[in-house]
Amino acid sequence: MDLSIALLLGQDGLTNGAIYALLALALVMVFAVTRVIFIPQGQFVAYGALTMAGLQSGKLPGTVWLLLGLGALAVVMDGWIALRDKQLRKLARSAAFNLLVPLAIAGLIAGLKADTLPLPVQILLSLLLVVPLGPLLYRVAYQPLAEATVLTLLIVSVAVDFAMMGLGLLFFGPEAFRTPAFSEGSLTLGELTINAQTLWVIGCSAVLIVVLFLFFEKTLYGKALRATALNRVGARLMGIPTTMAGKLTFFVAALIGTFSGLLFAPITPISYDTGFLIGLKGFVAAILGGLGSYPLAAVGAVFVGLLESFSSFWASEYKEVIVFTIIIPVLLWRSLFSHHVEEEE
Amino acid sequence: MTEKNVVLDVKDLCVSYGKVEAVHKVNLRIKEGEIVTVIGPNGAGKTTLMNALMAVLPCQGEVVYLGKAQRRDREVEQMVAQGMNLVPEKRELFADMSVSDNLLLGAFDRYRRGHRDQAETMEEVFKLFPRLRERKDQAAGTMSGGERQMLAMGRALMAKPKLLMLDEPSLGLAPLIIKEIFRIIDSLRSTGVSILLVEQNARAALKVADYAYVLETGEVAMEGPAHQLANDPKVIESYLGLGGKH
Repeated sequence: MDLSIALLLGQDGLTNGAIYALLALALVMVFAVTRVIFIPQGQFVAYGALTMAGLQSGKLPGTVWLLLGLGALAVVMDGWIALRDKQLRKLARSAAFNLLVPLAIAGLIAGLKADTLPLPVQILLSLLLVVPLGPLLYRVAYQPLAEATVLTLLIVSVAVDFAMMGLGLLFFGPEAFRTPAFSEGSLTLGELTINAQTLWVIGCSAVLIVVLFLFFEKTLYGKALRATALNRVGARLMGIPTTMAGKLTFFVAALIGTFSGLLFAPITPISYDTGFLIGLKGFVAAILGGLGSYPLAAVGAVFVGLLESFSSFWASEYKEVIVFTIIIPVLLWRSLFSHHVEEEE
Repeated sequence: MTEKNVVLDVKDLCVSYGKVEAVHKVNLRIKEGEIVTVIGPNGAGKTTLMNALMAVLPCQGEVVYLGKAQRRDREVEQMVAQGMNLVPEKRELFADMSVSDNLLLGAFDRYRRGHRDQAETMEEVFKLFPRLRERKDQAAGTMSGGERQMLAMGRALMAKPKLLMLDEPSLGLAPLIIKEIFRIIDSLRSTGVSILLVEQNARAALKVADYAYVLETGEVAMEGPAHQLANDPKVIESYLGLGGKH
């Protein structure tokens, strides 16, 4: 290996690492606030990329149907409770949020010729289609079980992940798609050639991390999410509803996942089953940080990215094995040196 | 209940943990601007009673708050939205967050409903608890027990409650701090807030309260104006000891 190859691999590793960092942060956040280990995080990467590919090929992405279906399901679930409690205003509000908004988005996308629009608009439309799936998913799959154990919630996550992957196959077909780069061209620095998409990925990830930091540090809603993560009972007594915290967290997680997919798709071809593996690497990074520390998770993600790219050079058949194996010493280390906390009933 | 000045009217309240009944047929009433205390020994069901009123625990019986019958399956947030705030025994602060962030979160429900007077309310809280102003950038978890209790009360006051429920505010605090806390509870009277105070420190509680209930094994054993109970021989014997006359 010479310097130019090392630089190339380093660049690859950093790019992937930046994406894994975003996913790892989302996983840590979702777990802290809702105790859900959010395996479907990776599916949002795939859905983002494939929805974008669908829009660019001039088709109506299948995501529309999932959005409408989940919205309708959420209204039925809310409606059941609202009718039982005779609170029709709640039903109206739920219908407006979960049905009218998705319908408006679907109508907008069906009405526009998305393949003729400029890239930033396509990005925005993809986000509009995929991100609302996050809070809807929380409403339909997790909210009824908000008080369940971490293990139960994990099982739900596995089910949701499988369902999303299966639907992904149905909506987008088995082939992998690659979307055009945000901008063409490259930057040459001596030995190193950096292509523009790499800069986009690293730049956007950095900006997104700063925005998340500001959201959690400076806004009352961000603080409310942190408060829920720190002390659930205390947060409820302040009138911070568990449901609101859950939906908001899933919204942010879906936004991160979808945007990661849009960033990633010009670099790697993405198919309906790519999301799981990408999400899992974010999960490895989050575990490196103990599923509790944002900075450690981010550092872990960059490490995972670099490890993956260098092992793909030396032992490409084993690159996934190597990445997933590092979780074992970390878990051993943690189980030896951290106190086991029994989960409250 | 149509009586206008009754803030909380509870009839036949029962709370069970599985088959064990912790609170049995409790009747309780709080009028506007009044300080009502519930005293009693450890395990009498005082905390359970408060948690049930706040909808943290499910209960049976009739709860009328601000003239409105409360649903049995009501949520904690709905009680907060109606101006009922509980300062729990364990304080339940946000330990890693700063004092001012803890206070701000106390006003979350008001903020959510469009009120933007948090800066003024915080100023009022700082006037009541000058210590919190000195510590406003410090993490809540690093403070002393007394300061934490002050923060927990300040945080609840940020919600501008109509009914403030204090669960054992003196628990684990030094005598001087207890005195300070009770002085502040007394001073809250002027703000018009009604207070339900649960205490094991019966002497201090009866001194500050207008009306008192004695809870024993989940039932109201005695009730009456606080000064009357403070002179009741049975109360003196069980809860105040020999130095009962103040």
